[in-house]
Amino acid sequence: MIKAILIFNNHGKPRLIRFYQYFTEDMQQQIIRETFHLVSKRDDNVCNFLEGGSLIGGSDYKLIYRHYATLYFVFCVDSSESELGILDLIQVFVETLDKCFENVCELDLIFHMDKVHYILQEVVMGGMVLETNMNEIVAQVEVQNRLEKSEVLNCLFCHVNSSPINREATKPAVPDQHRLRPL
Amino acid sequence: MPAVSKGDGMRGLAVFISDIRNCKSKEAEIKRINKELANIRSKFKGDKALDGYSKKKYVCKLLFIFLLGHDIDFGHMEAVNLLSSNKYTEKQIGYLFISVLVNSNSELIRLINNAIKNDLSSRNPTFMCLALHCIANVGSREMAEAFASEIPRILVAGDTMDSVKQSAALCLLRLYKTSPDLVLMGEWTSRVVHLLNDQHMGVVTAAISLITCLSQKNPDEFKTCVSLAVSRLSRIVSSASTDLQDYTYYFVPAPWLSCKLLRLLQCYPPPEDGAVKGRLVECLETILNKAQEPPKSKKVQHSNAKNAILFEAISLIIHYDSEPNLLVRACNQLGQFLQHRETNLRYLALESMCTLASSEFSHEAVKTHIETVINALKTERDVSVRQRAADLLYAMCDRSNAKQIVAEMLSYLETADYSIREEMVLKVAILAEKYAVDYSWYVDTILNLIRIAGDYVSEEVWYRVIQIVINRDDVQGYAAKTVFEALQAPACHENMVKVGGYILGEFGNLIAGDPRSSPLVQFNLLHSKFHLCSVPTRALLLSAYIKFINLFPETKATIQEVLRCDSQIRNSDVELQQRAVEYLKLSSIASTDVLATVLEEMPPFPERESSILAKLKKKKGPGAVSVPDLEDGKREGGELNGGGERGPDSAAMSASNASTPSPSADLLGMRSAAPMSAAPTSAGSLLVDVFSEAGPAAPSAAVNDDGFLRFVCKNNGVLFENQLLQIGIKSEYRQNLGRMYLFYGNKTSVQFASFTTTVSCPGELQSHILSILRLNVQTKPVEPVVEGGAQIQQVLNIECLTDFSEAPLLNIKFRYGGALQNLSLKLPVTINKFFQPTEMTSHDFFQRWKQLSQPQQEAQKIFKANHSMDTEVLKAKLLGLGTALLDDVDPNPENYVCAGVIQTKGQQVGCLLRLEPNGQAQMYRLTLRCSKDSVSLRLCELLAQQF
Repeated sequence: MIKAILIFNNHGKPRLIRFYQYFTEDMQQQIIRETFHLVSKRDDNVCNFLEGGSLIGGSDYKLIYRHYATLYFVFCVDSSESELGILDLIQVFVETLDKCFENVCELDLIFHMDKVHYILQEVVMGGMVLETNMNEIVAQVEVQNRLEKSEVLNCLFCHVNSSPINREATKPAVPDQHRLRPL
Repeated sequence: MPAVSKGDGMRGLAVFISDIRNCKSKEAEIKRINKELANIRSKFKGDKALDGYSKKKYVCKLLFIFLLGHDIDFGHMEAVNLLSSNKYTEKQIGYLFISVLVNSNSELIRLINNAIKNDLSSRNPTFMCLALHCIANVGSREMAEAFASEIPRILVAGDTMDSVKQSAALCLLRLYKTSPDLVLMGEWTSRVVHLLNDQHMGVVTAAISLITCLSQKNPDEFKTCVSLAVSRLSRIVSSASTDLQDYTYYFVPAPWLSCKLLRLLQCYPPPEDGAVKGRLVECLETILNKAQEPPKSKKVQHSNAKNAILFEAISLIIHYDSEPNLLVRACNQLGQFLQHRETNLRYLALESMCTLASSEFSHEAVKTHIETVINALKTERDVSVRQRAADLLYAMCDRSNAKQIVAEMLSYLETADYSIREEMVLKVAILAEKYAVDYSWYVDTILNLIRIAGDYVSEEVWYRVIQIVINRDDVQGYAAKTVFEALQAPACHENMVKVGGYILGEFGNLIAGDPRSSPLVQFNLLHSKFHLCSVPTRALLLSAYIKFINLFPETKATIQEVLRCDSQIRNSDVELQQRAVEYLKLSSIASTDVLATVLEEMPPFPERESSILAKLKKKKGPGAVSVPDLEDGKREGGELNGGGERGPDSAAMSASNASTPSPSADLLGMRSAAPMSAAPTSAGSLLVDVFSEAGPAAPSAAVNDDGFLRFVCKNNGVLFENQLLQIGIKSEYRQNLGRMYLFYGNKTSVQFASFTTTVSCPGELQSHILSILRLNVQTKPVEPVVEGGAQIQQVLNIECLTDFSEAPLLNIKFRYGGALQNLSLKLPVTINKFFQPTEMTSHDFFQRWKQLSQPQQEAQKIFKANHSMDTEVLKAKLLGLGTALLDDVDPNPENYVCAGVIQTKGQQVGCLLRLEPNGQAQMYRLTLRCSKDSVSLRLCELLAQQF
């Protein structure tokens, strides 16, 4: 089972946090700090697995992580998961993000936190893997987007203040070193 | 086209996020956030009804603020309102907020459940998926109650869309994990298993997690999944890389699903059906063969996916442990990986080999890789990998390579990472002891260990070396010589001083013949370290000095001088002062004979399970200690016998005759003798208290039964204690009824959440003590929360229906700081609790004794005394047993006889007991005669562990 999924940047700022087991808010923050501390001090060419740290529990748990450009993707899993399988899963998730956001970078995760959550929900549900086929995942996200679009169009007529923003206004062309480049 | 539509976000949200990002300082950020929180709060409270869009925007802002690490204590209601919106986006954000921020105890669950119910019955697949996600993420008991019967129907219904089926499978899994009692698979079992055949691979992917979990819990009901899994696996493995289209990942067909199928098969023994087994072996061979083929892509993803399957296949081969051919191939494959340039593969290979090392077929094959593993330990740059290498060396160690492995581990210790040093020290100590051919090697190793990593050498380790030296005559001289040499080093670790002080105090005479280590030289050497040591070590040294006075009368004057000086005799530390005073007095008034008796050499320690092993288990959790034969035939759980308080600490050392308190022993101010005579039963707790720390402090559920034995002869006291929890017991019994009060005390300052207790009667007891009613639990369950420092109480009513030997189990579960703690204890309800004492004359006693003359009515045991043989102590215990202690019955006044009747609901069982102590041999003979043979046996078993 996947106990938690943490995404934070090179400075430890959380960008997406998902716990599949209940922890108090304080505990969640401590776990994020501890995990960042554990992961960030490791070189890029060491292995992608380490034991789970004291907070998230025991030797049955492992942290499996990957570092993409400015972001760390950390999955905390128990021994029922295949380590390499989870590495592939992280890759699938990031490739999916890249497809959905086109050249995904950290800013996309910041400004579209809700979207990232929805994409993740198509991959992992209640700590278990729901789907690993990228095309299937993207198809589900597209269904959601179509629904959203039809509702936004309706909204335009009733919300003068909420005129949609242009993504390019907040996110100009992505500098190359910021792209997560999953491939 | 990117799938995420741009330009339709929420402007207010984007502006807020930009503001936060532009904040120059943490303070500015907090200020901005507080402003926003106030704004949202006022909007939510305002008179104007908010439209869905605004609610959605604010809820989204709250989520962002939460991500930044701020507590969110409002907005839940608004999120719940969004659930009933008919707009998809509003519903979606509402569900997201609830999944992230609502825990299973929330009072809102009922409202949420209502919304979920509507969405589940909406027949709109997108809405259904949202609702199923929410259940799977929150997974509360109330949700299980509401939906456990509905979800399986959705899962197996013919017209359910695939995406909904996937969600339903995982949703059901979550509910099963939270409330297995509510998820009744019965009629669905076969249809769920057949999901393995589903055409949609996504459905299989989701369903297999569910099936694996259910199979682990009910292997028999789900065993048909084995053949289905094998055929599915076989179809995937033999398919061309393009057959599975989208499920092919970097040229590897369905790697995730293959791994999961191989995992599922690990829940079962090898298939019995020859055809199925043949097919499976074929699959495994194909997987192993593919590993040798040239890669279809240079991308790391390709090799990752391929190797993920390979490692799972190897795990399955190891799990079956029955195909020598496959095992050796697996081992060779892992051997290749040990030298692979990918760090991940080296890590995983070391990890898998660790389990392979314990199989008899492959142990030898694993051993051939020893040089590579040692090399990994020395040269790997990554501590995670080095740790695995150390684990593997430990697992592959046997008599043939122990010296090499221990030497390598020792030399690694000099540079080892701080985080793994303590564990390494324990492992070295265990291997050194287990595979010691000659004990001088063992002593050398442990002393080296102390020299190299003294700070990480725990008490258990140096206690153990002393126990072994004391128990083996052949190594004592060598040990004395070696510690003497080790102490010559200008700076030596305090643990070395302790071992040195102890061993020289006992066996210094063995090297005193050599003028270079004459008694005075030895003493001066020890005393030169004295002032740099901590109080406990100094106390130990003082005891060593008094032993010196006995061993070497010529040192008496010098040592008395030392004891007499102000820094000893007026030391501000009570323990040191007392020792100095008493030792000084003892040395001046006692005759040589008395001294020789009091300060006699320590008797051998009883041979028990290594305390170090117990310590390692405690550190790593049971099961992690992968030296199987170490544990054979030994009880689970550690007995830190001498390693505990009674260990070769100075108190025990000066009190070699501890078991018979005498005036001369009091003079020594022994720590262990005093409480023994004062409180009879506390003697037994020496063992137990140490054990309770070693036991379930980790979230393990191994049954802890040592506390149990302490309560055979008493009714009140502390049953269990660790760093978190203390459990006290008060109980009273009348005839065949009893009432037990349990007091759970939270020793921490943090609350325990989800605190639940259950009492179960294992096996035969179920039919005997039927009515263990937990009144409190029935009328008012134990408070689910135990605040820090607080204590809660629980009452059990017990009725004994007929005689029994298994004790009921108390299981306690709670969350401490997020981690689930699980604890099982034997409740001290023993058959003797239902004793009614019976007074009788000598004549009556012997008459009845003769009546109970059938061989099976008698149970007898002869055993060594474990505790004080003091008369008063024994009497107190026998009375505590519940019987009448009869005076003037046995012709030998040293013997004890007792009589009583055990009251059960169905019958009364008369019991007679005779206990014959032999002070000289420190032995007892215990005889029981009862009108029912099972009672004789059980009582004899229980009592033999009490004296």
